[in-house]
Amino acid sequence: MAHPQSAPTEEKAQATELKTVGQPVQRIDGWEKVTGAAKFADDLDFGPGLLHAFIIDSPHAHARIKGIDTRAAEKVRGVVKVVTGKDFPFRFGLYMKDRHVFAQESVRFVGEQVAAVIATDPKTAQRAAGLVKVDYEELEPILDPVKAFEQTSDLVHPDLGSYTHVPWFFPKAKTNVAHWRKIRKGRIEKGFAEADFVLEDSYRVPRYAHCAIEPHVAIGLFDASSRLTLWTASQSPYTQRHVMAEALSQLGLKHKDVRVVTPYVGGGFGGKAGVTMEILAAALATAVKGQPVKIMWSRAQEFRNTYMRLGLVNKIKLGVKKDGTITALKHTLYWDAGAYVEYAANVVNAVGLSSTGPYKVDNVEIDSICVYTNLSPGGPYRGFGYSEFFFGLESHMSKAAEKLGMDPVEFRRKNAIRENDTLPYGAEMNPNGLLEAIDKTAAAVEWGKKEESKDPNKAIGKSVVCFWKAPAMPPNASSSAFLKFNEDGSINILASGMEIGQGFLTAMAQIASEVLSVPVSQIRVETPDTDRNPYEWQTVASHVTWSCGNAVKKAALDAKEQILDLVVRALNLPKESLFLEDACVKSWARPGWQLPLKDFVISGIQVEDYTFKGGPIMGRGTFLPEFSSAISDPETGQGGHPNVHYTTVAGGVVIELDKETGKIKVLKAVLAVDVGQAINPSMIKGQITGGMLQGLATVLYEDMRYDEKGVLLNPSFSDYKIPTALDVPAEVIPIIVETAQPDGPFGARGMGEHTMIPAAAMIANAVHAATGLRINSMPLTAEKIALALKDKAKGS
Amino acid sequence: MKKIAIEFKLNGTQRQVEVEPSDTLLEALRERVGAKSPKCGCDRGDCGTCTVSFNGKTVRSCLVLAVEADGAEIVTLEGISKEPSKLQKEFAQRNAFQCGFCAPGIVMSATELLGKKKKPTREEIQEAIAGNLCRCTGYTPIVEAIEAAANGGK
Repeated sequence: MAHPQSAPTEEKAQATELKTVGQPVQRIDGWEKVTGAAKFADDLDFGPGLLHAFIIDSPHAHARIKGIDTRAAEKVRGVVKVVTGKDFPFRFGLYMKDRHVFAQESVRFVGEQVAAVIATDPKTAQRAAGLVKVDYEELEPILDPVKAFEQTSDLVHPDLGSYTHVPWFFPKAKTNVAHWRKIRKGRIEKGFAEADFVLEDSYRVPRYAHCAIEPHVAIGLFDASSRLTLWTASQSPYTQRHVMAEALSQLGLKHKDVRVVTPYVGGGFGGKAGVTMEILAAALATAVKGQPVKIMWSRAQEFRNTYMRLGLVNKIKLGVKKDGTITALKHTLYWDAGAYVEYAANVVNAVGLSSTGPYKVDNVEIDSICVYTNLSPGGPYRGFGYSEFFFGLESHMSKAAEKLGMDPVEFRRKNAIRENDTLPYGAEMNPNGLLEAIDKTAAAVEWGKKEESKDPNKAIGKSVVCFWKAPAMPPNASSSAFLKFNEDGSINILASGMEIGQGFLTAMAQIASEVLSVPVSQIRVETPDTDRNPYEWQTVASHVTWSCGNAVKKAALDAKEQILDLVVRALNLPKESLFLEDACVKSWARPGWQLPLKDFVISGIQVEDYTFKGGPIMGRGTFLPEFSSAISDPETGQGGHPNVHYTTVAGGVVIELDKETGKIKVLKAVLAVDVGQAINPSMIKGQITGGMLQGLATVLYEDMRYDEKGVLLNPSFSDYKIPTALDVPAEVIPIIVETAQPDGPFGARGMGEHTMIPAAAMIANAVHAATGLRINSMPLTAEKIALALKDKAKGS
Repeated sequence: MKKIAIEFKLNGTQRQVEVEPSDTLLEALRERVGAKSPKCGCDRGDCGTCTVSFNGKTVRSCLVLAVEADGAEIVTLEGISKEPSKLQKEFAQRNAFQCGFCAPGIVMSATELLGKKKKPTREEIQEAIAGNLCRCTGYTPIVEAIEAAANGGK
């Protein structure tokens, strides 16, 4: 078993002769951020003409709008306009068009936008909004996904059957089921018949909020020439442009007329993907032509009216043989996807494809069901559904091992999926370092070594879990990049991946640096402006290092090719002898000779007759995974290739649990992730340290609490507690595994979301190890554990 | 609404502005004098990203009324950054921040701590920035950068 602190990335980089890729270089946006120079959307100035909008939202989870009286608000001095749903009867949505800009006849969640006041200053807008009278007829809210699944009347969306959607969704008209992803592989009954044990259980996961510290903000300007510009805090400038251009196409807008500018984003985690409140800025801008209008969400609105992590009830039935072989898995997932699922349904779809976990299972039946409820719209949250189902699945795997009397690490090793094994949907598994990740995690938590607390009231528990995640994307999600040289040989890279904190800009600079031998300090990568930077689908799914990284690498190779061709043409050197080193062209054929890039990448190379050859060097690169397909048999899920690859990971913890109070102290948290090739190990470690804490919070104390009418009870940081600097694990051990991804840039694959996914299962299994308790509903708060321990003591 | 004229020193420069009685110091700094480093993350004192120095002590500028700043001396991250500190260098070199939205508040809180205490313990550092929420980093790289600045600092 390898030593946990191995992963000598720098050494490896030397061995494979990589110079920049694999190095823990300083972030290129670091200095801007520590000096306050970095500008976020709310920091941009629009002058005294800027208007401000305040949104009137629904106090009811489910109600019919009987009437809206805006007259009093319109009379307030400083109010420019009051708009309601009738002003914008357009549908929109990313994967399914089930939303309107403003509520139409009914409201479907507390916080849904009903009307807006636009005024010359924010306080006037807010004051006037209080004068807008909305007359509601309250309806019974639908809050439980399992009940909603069975319901056939009083539906959340009576017109579901008429909605347009991507071809890989299967909504059921006249029900609350917006999508049902089925996987049928092998023969499930035969698999259970072969099993020596069959274990069944169900698990419940509440909703969670992203809690990026920067709230959503958007500024829209529909200028006098009818071009629409949006400045947004967004992970998805191009997707926003597309959705807005489509939604507002009745105004005659072409894509070229819509421009989205996204400065630095103050945390995304999926919450700023797609389009949520930004559609309001676009629509309201068209209502006040010629003047910019700004909308900024309050912290309470952040909790009510953006994407939320979906709630889940999942039922697992697992068949295992005495020797530890898994023979069958039936996994049924009821997702509380909220009032609009235009994005959430793809979370449900992604999980449906992958909820076997990283195990070789020959007989599989998965039903991942997207259910409408009268709660805030579900959507992407770091992990895209995987955190949710792995709580149950990895708890279940440990239970199975216990039932068999088998070591849970050995049980996982035995069933771990290998390269070329068949995936749940029929395609083959990619190369991966899952076993190495498991072994290194086990070593890091000193698995097998019995530990006891010095305090008799406290118990130590350990766990090791494993998991996987694939990017969830349309099969033709693409990336592109331009790379242009400057007069001094420095480089500007234009791409539209988003810097959301993960280090995207730096990773792209490192990739280009590696190809062109220009130092990272001489490369600038800017945040997107859709007028200037080329297309990128979205910065989600842990895919931009891989996908946009490929585009940037191709752009750099394109530039390199132009450079070498020019040198061949102008100086008549053999092309195969040329190479780039230290920002110069050099030749094996002419030792000692070198031509600095800065001498010719703009102005060309002067030849014998004093004329010049060449011109500005500009590279272009595009990437689209041409092997991917989302079309398969709807009844079995077999036939397509919906996922481009899986990143495999293992995680583990050592906890100390106070048996009286139930309070957990995380002594050690370990994550071993197969990143293919580390582009920047320092940034990877940063992702692990941060994502791990975000995950631990979801299992230790966070959750969104609603009353019986669907009203959120904790929409603030006072009541929805996120971790502070005092709440960190005593030790976090990040482990980098590198089994190259054949189609990744230098072998890299993504890992941003993966840092959060295992936390709940890690804690649940460690709590079991420490106390014998099995708690099947998240979060595992100290209170819940203390009460369960009391019950257990009474019972025994 | 009737405006009130106030005067304060911002990053060494005397400023006069007119504010409404209900304006917060955060609003006055961002909207009236263009000091954009203090951010609005919650507008109720929970997140700390609006932290500024007020007469030598850090405050959450969203919880201070602008009129209270009349005659005060205010320092924001812009003021500190005229001559970047050892602390800021450690933050940058160690890739301590990710999205950077919490950075202005954390740099202010950590600067105050190191001004008061040359060699703070790890717990004192954690305590000093416990009022500054960060969702990206898991805090450890930030705490380590502050420790390094203290150990290598003046």
